[in-house]
Amino acid sequence: MDRPFEQVVRAHGATVLRVCRALLGAHDADDAWSDTFLAALRAWPSLPPDVNVEAWLVTVARRKALDELRRRARHALPVDPADGALGRPLVAALTAPGDRDLDLWDALGALPDKQRRAVVLHHIGGLPYADVADVVGGSDAAARRAGADGVAALRRTYARAAVDGKTGGRP
Amino acid sequence: MTTTTATTDDDVLRGLHARLLADAQREGLLDVAYRVVPSPVGDLLIAAGESGVLRVAFAVQDHDAALAELAARVSPRVLEGGRRLDPVLRELDEYFAGTRREFDVPVDLRLLTGFRREVVEALPRVPYGATASYAAVAALTGRPAAVRAVGTACARNPVPLLLPCHRVVRSDGSAGRYAGGEAAKAALLRLEGAAALSPRGGRQA
Repeated sequence: MDRPFEQVVRAHGATVLRVCRALLGAHDADDAWSDTFLAALRAWPSLPPDVNVEAWLVTVARRKALDELRRRARHALPVDPADGALGRPLVAALTAPGDRDLDLWDALGALPDKQRRAVVLHHIGGLPYADVADVVGGSDAAARRAGADGVAALRRTYARAAVDGKTGGRP
Repeated sequence: MTTTTATTDDDVLRGLHARLLADAQREGLLDVAYRVVPSPVGDLLIAAGESGVLRVAFAVQDHDAALAELAARVSPRVLEGGRRLDPVLRELDEYFAGTRREFDVPVDLRLLTGFRREVVEALPRVPYGATASYAAVAALTGRPAAVRAVGTACARNPVPLLLPCHRVVRSDGSAGRYAGGEAAKAALLRLEGAAALSPRGGRQA
């Protein structure tokens, strides 16, 4: 790449912060963001010009977040419960065009811990279930099941809100 | 609520950007640091590498184009801000205040090669408050016939102000063209003339 890196920080800084917050919570998101952009700055001159920069950055961010999550798993720390169901930073971090996205986050927060972590890591963080299993413990299949159960539970708790939303004004 | 949250995130991102600058400097990855600052001759883009000031660009020269050239020809590891620019910005402030006649900060002329580089390196020999014709500068560089080439070199000077191409004028005494525009050139010559006549110090030439 021969574009100024400053443009990259401006264009994609907020997106990378959202990904880091979704995976790690607000507290460790800043460290992951810094690690991500420093690594990206280092690699920038040798990056092929046809690379999708945002996708590349998100991949780097996921990898950095995964390192941190694995470290936590080794030290048997919870995946930041303060930033999960109750933490406002995570709510703010999600793209929220209206109140119903906050409802989604509350619904996510109401899931059992393992399901919530599997859904967030796989569907928001984009981690494959093998990586999700590394973080939440157990087998790949168990992680996949927790993710599927979580999404099924979200469908149930969220179905009525979706119906209300449709009658409420969508064309 | 939404506005408050957005402002907070902007603050967070500003803090993260500052941290990235510091990390990059520490890791030797801040190949080009730049800032855009207001001045009496319009907004100036100032860019510096590890070894000196690489670029001073006037707004009329298109700052985005200047950054693109730096990224392509020096390094794309370009970030805005950083303490590295403090010395040159301080010297520019002093220059515009009329209290500085020569710049001490190192410049890095890697954007120029050959004769053009020789020409801009010779520019500080035209002292503050004085002017020289293109022909005189050509003679200074030992190639008295290269008058047009001197004009081109001045136009391509990557660090105007620091290397004073504004002091090179036409043989008939008129100011001639300038990368920052003719009005900027006239303003700079006026500034230097006024400062040279002030009680702070006599004319050097």
